[in-house]
Amino acid sequence: MTSGDRAVKVIRVTHFDAAAAAVQAALDAGARYADARVMHRRTESMSARNGEIEELNQDEDAGVGVRALVGSGWGFYAVPDISDAAARAAGTRAAKIAAASATVPGPATGLIPLPPASGSWSSPCEVDPLGVPLSEKAALLVGLTTTMREHGADVAESHYRVWDTAKWFVSSEGHRVDQRFRECGGGITATSIGEGESQRRSYGNQYGTRGWELVTGLDLPGNAARVATESRELLTAPPCPAGETTLILGSEQMALQIHESVGHAIELDRILGWEAAYAGTSWLDVRKLGNMRYGSPLMNITIDPTIPGALGSFGFDDEGTPAAMRYAVREGVWVGVLAGRDSASVAGLDYAGSVRSDGWARLPMVRMTNVGLTPGPHTLDEIIAATDDGILMETNRSWSIDDRRLNFQFGCEIGWEVKNGKRGRMLRNPTYTGIGPTFWQSMDMLSSEVTDWGIPNCGKGQPGQTGHTGHPAAAARFTGVRVGVTG
Amino acid sequence: MSAELDLAGRVVDLVRRLAGSAAQAEVLVDHTALALTRFANSGIHQNVADATTGVRLRVHVDGRTAGGSTTVVDEAGLTALVERTIAAAALTPADPGWPGLAPPAALSGDDAWDEATAQAGPDERALRVRAFVDAAAGLETAGYCRTVHWSGAFANSAGQAVAGRAAEAAMDGIARVPGADGVARLGSRRLADIDGAVLGGRAALKARAGADAVELPPGRYEVVLEPTAVADLLANFAFYGFNGKLHNERQSFAEIGAAQFDPAVTIVDDVTATAGFGVPFDGEGTPKRAVTFVGDGITTAVAHDRRSAAEAGAASTGHAWPGGSSFGPLAANLRLLPDESAPSAAVAGPVADGHTAALVSTMERGLLVSDFWYTRVLDPKTLVVTGLTRNGVWLVEDGEITRPVRNFRFTQSYPLALGPGAVLGIGGNAITPADSWDIFGFTGPSLRLASWNFTGGASG
Repeated sequence: MTSGDRAVKVIRVTHFDAAAAAVQAALDAGARYADARVMHRRTESMSARNGEIEELNQDEDAGVGVRALVGSGWGFYAVPDISDAAARAAGTRAAKIAAASATVPGPATGLIPLPPASGSWSSPCEVDPLGVPLSEKAALLVGLTTTMREHGADVAESHYRVWDTAKWFVSSEGHRVDQRFRECGGGITATSIGEGESQRRSYGNQYGTRGWELVTGLDLPGNAARVATESRELLTAPPCPAGETTLILGSEQMALQIHESVGHAIELDRILGWEAAYAGTSWLDVRKLGNMRYGSPLMNITIDPTIPGALGSFGFDDEGTPAAMRYAVREGVWVGVLAGRDSASVAGLDYAGSVRSDGWARLPMVRMTNVGLTPGPHTLDEIIAATDDGILMETNRSWSIDDRRLNFQFGCEIGWEVKNGKRGRMLRNPTYTGIGPTFWQSMDMLSSEVTDWGIPNCGKGQPGQTGHTGHPAAAARFTGVRVGVTG
Repeated sequence: MSAELDLAGRVVDLVRRLAGSAAQAEVLVDHTALALTRFANSGIHQNVADATTGVRLRVHVDGRTAGGSTTVVDEAGLTALVERTIAAAALTPADPGWPGLAPPAALSGDDAWDEATAQAGPDERALRVRAFVDAAAGLETAGYCRTVHWSGAFANSAGQAVAGRAAEAAMDGIARVPGADGVARLGSRRLADIDGAVLGGRAALKARAGADAVELPPGRYEVVLEPTAVADLLANFAFYGFNGKLHNERQSFAEIGAAQFDPAVTIVDDVTATAGFGVPFDGEGTPKRAVTFVGDGITTAVAHDRRSAAEAGAASTGHAWPGGSSFGPLAANLRLLPDESAPSAAVAGPVADGHTAALVSTMERGLLVSDFWYTRVLDPKTLVVTGLTRNGVWLVEDGEITRPVRNFRFTQSYPLALGPGAVLGIGGNAITPADSWDIFGFTGPSLRLASWNFTGGASG
């Protein structure tokens, strides 16, 4: 069997019948609403370290997950078997689990109306990532680490990951949707080890709902020597000074800033307290939706799963809601949330469309799709040129934020002094900290150079789920930011 | 023979048939049944379960290595797994660091198995949620009750064939008053040990005692960390400090033979003892055993899988993480040993237990910390970590809890916090708080530490 054969097999069959059987069984067992997702997923990951392939895994999983609503309680059951009989049994089990929820009932659960949808959707893909020969991909990764070692890295690592997922969704309200997602991405990391600390530079680490052309377009070979050299130089660079200054963030770090201090904060389940014990709540109060200032007038954040090739894109979410763009923040005012049909009903909203699960074995929940900035009026060069005294930081190294999504502290891999409109000397261990709305209201310059960054490891939920999210982001400038926090 | 061991053996045979008798193969079969009842706003809002069998295969053929897994365990699915893994190995570069397969070796210890936990249904979890909610006496509550059981097996072409099973139950919840949350969490091998009423009552007591908190200036404070916070230290030691791969790369603080910790500190990993979760062998089939990482303050070992061990010229310690070669070995059941001679005091106020109360009573001025949140490593080599306090902080003056304090952000080197002379007291009761993200068994007592570096208030 060739790698190409693997890719073709995913789409040969459909599994609407199994999904429909699961839904019917849940209804027969007392559910007033049910839906089911049959999924078949193949993944491939490879990593290299210091000139050798470290790990290659090709994984496959398939199963059905059934969600049933009995009274006001949800139940969910999943099995790794997509036969009709197994799906029916799973539907029955989901309804029984839902019935047990009545022991400690919550408020009555409704679902906002959603016209039945039928349709198919596929992510764009020019070059099937599973069709690229393994030998070619291995040679790329090994070559990247060899180059980084030659340029001073003590530990040189490279990797790629591929997901090829087919989904069939059926609901008791008549939805019948199939989708196919081909996602991939990769990156490189160079680590230099000093006596007292280690320094890291990375590049790429970019993912999308695209084919192998995404990895090719990153030009990893063209950046391997640079990141290795920078990781070595960081060991002797002066530390980021402590104090309050003007901060310029590169677009990749802006993606994480958006993810942590906007994306999670606008999740309606968090706002309603559904995640209070673990992921946390939100500083946002749904009663202030539409009239509360989140950031400066430059801040326009959209929720847009329709962006071709971005990692959070889809045709329909995991409740069958068709993808649509809406604003979350418009000219600095909070105007929208990420919602599901049940959370929207509780909050009195009339839209959903942001419910996803990380696989057939997990309950769909409110998740980010593509949450990001619309372009600003400047360029990064203009921002630097307009800054008399500040620090430019790029590429996230650590991230921490409180359970209301207010107080954050982020560390970046690299910083540079900005003096009199020019980029100056390199700074090591740059960190910055702030409070979300205060920070966003200090944004006074924003670049037009937007990149659709993809984050493939967003954790949420119990049991834990790993989500794929997209974040259009561009470099931006913030004033009066505390930097240089150290231990 | 268990169904999982039979399945593992069949896959090894299939590899031999398709790749020849010289092929090396290792197969891990894991059947996991996980059920979790989740509540928020004092009602059950998510109630889930799944039961999945997965097969993970790694082959080494003609000097090349590849791995793969599947949940499709019928004949066609297994054949496809073996065929594509062998084909993948043929297309990859040579693997000169292949450490070979684990030799045959018997398991030690008994199964961590409790039939009642394995058979528990949604009603039993819901009753514990009911008890938690009722014990909070009107406060808003949120959390979960979880039961999980594993039945696993490993077989390789070198003749190692082992099987085991284990169970875990956990409850983790908060009670809330405006501006303050209180927490209680516990993991155990037996659902019978999980008392929703006790946990709900404790969480409510903490929440009420946390109301009207004041903001204190950042700086270095003496602290008493409760077991829920100590578990975070152990997790970071496991992921970054005692990880043999990072140690080989000089990215860990650990120096074997050096007195890096206070003499009062001993840290072991032992899933075969009465605590800890999981089957008694690792992802490469190496039997798990007790390993002391820190003995009387001296770093004595790091965790190894077969590859990191080969690089270090050492032996595997039984900490291979399935499919985790890139990350390295993980000691997921670290246990900081309690001081069994430590005194206990009457539980008053928001302290977790009598041993914590005794530590608080000895503190002239400092902070009692319930929990840490969102901790992230700034530098793995020094293990400087930033994060926040959560679910209750109180000022202690002259041995008495005097007032609740608003949350802090901290930036602190974890090994330095437990360094020589830094540990002023160790509680007498080690607790395994439930872990929300995975089934880890990080276990420790309350600790009284000389200094913790709080770098900002939660409000800025």
